[in-house]
Amino acid sequence: MLPPRSTDALTKTSPNRVVAIAGNPNAGKTSLFNALTGAARHVGNYPGVTVELKEGRAREARTPFTVVDLPGCYGLTAYSQEERVARDFLLCHRPDVIIDVVDASNLERNLYLTVQLLELKLPVIIALNMVDAAEKRGMGIDHESLTRLLGVPVVPTVATRGTGIPELTATCEAVLDGSIRINPIAVRYGHPVDELVVELAGALQPLSRMDPPMPAEWIAVKLLENDPAVWKRLKDFGDAALIHQAETAQRTLENHCNRDGASILAERRHGIATGAARQCVTRQRSEQRELTDRIDDVVCHRVFGPALLVGVVAALFFWVFKLSDEWAWIPWPGEWKSPTGIIETCFTGVEWLIRPIEGPFPMLHSLLHAALVRGVGGVLSFVPLIFFMFLFIAFLEDTGYIARVAFILDRLLRVFGLQGKSMLAMLIAGGIGAGGCAVLAVMATRTLREEKDRIVTMLVAPFMNCGAKLPVYAMLIAAFFPYRRTEMMLLLWGLSWVFALCAAWLLRRTVVRGEQTPFVMELPPYHLPTARGVLMHTWERTWAYIRKAGTIILAVNIVLWAFMYFPRPSDANATPEEQLRYSMAGRVGTLLESVSDLAGFDWRTNVALIGGFAAKEVIIGAMATAYAMVDTPEAGKDETEVAISLSGRLAADPAWNPLRAFALMLFIMLYAPCMSTIAVMRRESGGWRWPLFSLGFSTAMAFLVAVGTYQAGLALGL
Amino acid sequence: MSALTLYDLDRGEWARVRAVRGGGHGIRRRLLDMGITTGTEIRVERHAPLGDPMEIVVKDYRLALRLEEARHIEVERIAPPTVN
Repeated sequence: MLPPRSTDALTKTSPNRVVAIAGNPNAGKTSLFNALTGAARHVGNYPGVTVELKEGRAREARTPFTVVDLPGCYGLTAYSQEERVARDFLLCHRPDVIIDVVDASNLERNLYLTVQLLELKLPVIIALNMVDAAEKRGMGIDHESLTRLLGVPVVPTVATRGTGIPELTATCEAVLDGSIRINPIAVRYGHPVDELVVELAGALQPLSRMDPPMPAEWIAVKLLENDPAVWKRLKDFGDAALIHQAETAQRTLENHCNRDGASILAERRHGIATGAARQCVTRQRSEQRELTDRIDDVVCHRVFGPALLVGVVAALFFWVFKLSDEWAWIPWPGEWKSPTGIIETCFTGVEWLIRPIEGPFPMLHSLLHAALVRGVGGVLSFVPLIFFMFLFIAFLEDTGYIARVAFILDRLLRVFGLQGKSMLAMLIAGGIGAGGCAVLAVMATRTLREEKDRIVTMLVAPFMNCGAKLPVYAMLIAAFFPYRRTEMMLLLWGLSWVFALCAAWLLRRTVVRGEQTPFVMELPPYHLPTARGVLMHTWERTWAYIRKAGTIILAVNIVLWAFMYFPRPSDANATPEEQLRYSMAGRVGTLLESVSDLAGFDWRTNVALIGGFAAKEVIIGAMATAYAMVDTPEAGKDETEVAISLSGRLAADPAWNPLRAFALMLFIMLYAPCMSTIAVMRRESGGWRWPLFSLGFSTAMAFLVAVGTYQAGLALGL
Repeated sequence: MSALTLYDLDRGEWARVRAVRGGGHGIRRRLLDMGITTGTEIRVERHAPLGDPMEIVVKDYRLALRLEEARHIEVERIAPPTVN
């Protein structure tokens, strides 16, 4: 929730004027924001991509102004989180200008929001966007008559190509410096609404001056349509006579029209929008079905649709791994390397650089090695995988295919208490093959307007195999299932879905009980994404991942290193293993052995798993340390070699066997989401309740599954 | 006999909305915001491979909604509008 800011405070704190961009999801708001500010922001062809307020500076303007990109919304009823954010911003911050981005090829529905923006009595400029697409559909729009009808400037734009942006900037400036005065029409709803609004607005003057100030007419309209937030404001104001008057007015309206207030006002607004659209749109509609419909005949076909979906997922699985890791396709001095290989080589270089300090400063070397090479390097070696995965997802998202995936799978996911739109979050978390990120998945749940579906998706998405779990799987598989690599990866992928769906089912019947919420989703027309757009989007997500490596994972690795380094045993000849056991982490790990024994984990594994609470990336390095496979100066090992030698060590260790390795993999798949995920969950769910629940629930589930598997395996004599 | 709802329509059929009934406040609000109000004309485009949700065309755009929600939308069948 944004802190309220009065108009005075705004002028004092920022000398710059604020221009807010509002509009329907998919109307091209983000493209317009990028074009105005030159910012690298993602544009998706998936309803609801703008999930938080993004600020930028208009770059073409003579006197720069701040541009704020509001979340896309269909109305201002504050029904979904996005609408609440947009509405709160408009009400509390009262921007100096609102740019209303209107999809020209979908004028009628888009103008419904415009009407609601006009109600706010703020200066509105309409950016009539995607005029090219409208023309392609055989629609001609007379923007001058739109100006006349609504009393606001209308600027035709094609934001993706930058068409109309200088004109839009100039219009904004003209409005900001007062050379153009906007006189938007007063919205008229017809009899008897208008009369009731006027009457009520007169009485509401004192309430409208309360902080944040709102137009009295707007409050009156919202009261008539039964807006809970505005009713609360009235009740908090505590004027019994006023409350009575509002209630009477609302009853009068509902009795007169024989329908509820919300329906009446929505109908009247749609009436205004439709009327305006009809007066300025000329069209020659062709008899031919549109391209999108013809594509959908295949994509949503009963047989071809699901087949195509499987094909797409399989292709993704294949290409992401080939391009990032398996194929050496980038030229490198003397050889060809894979992108992952290059990063690993770089960190081998870092290791080599810090080696000289090991003699004089063993402690510093140990710290640098743990934090930089193993910590940051371990994370960065997954950047290529993450990059290619997000590249494919961004491409599919921008074409509009992901919305169809949601459409096709909704029925299936509903059985488990999820819904079609949960799919995007699950995919980003690593639902296709492996190698996603739960942090980004939790952020992606914002496109779910339905609170309960959103919470459940947020809680189960971390079960997917994120990029950080992969190296641990790879190491254990190499040690215990060397000839079953693909099969094991597929099994772990399948199991992650089974556990996620079962957990969703369980949660829906216990903690997040309640009716299933409506699923209403726009299916955007297909379009060919621009390379720039897809790359920007991919980069933005990849960068979020990289940043995590530089901040939280680095910090955690340092803390963890301290826990594993101190206190030191007095015996200088102690082996690394003895030193670790003597340390803080070793003691806790040993303490937990009595419980973890049920799942077959010894104290060394416990130490690694404790580290994994912070970030799963930490596990492999911690295990390497625990199994004394580190820092032999003459060996010059990089991450992969550590993993390989570690897996060799485990394979040879009589205490380890495939069953124990499998139980450990299941535990790692399911237990507590990493600290970054928890932090994002707190932010996204607005409190500590769900992140803490997630910690407990996931860990309990992981423990039960691991113990169950291990004990069942023992009973079967494996 | 209960009223005809969007749920009862087949692919390719046209209808005009008579009323949005029942359901919680949230669902009605949502449908209203998406442009499904009394008098709106709707075409049923298709059903998802598993039969649910359905895709409709309303005010020139495509909307997916579940059959459960479609039951709340009372309609009357109309002939396909002629192109002007």
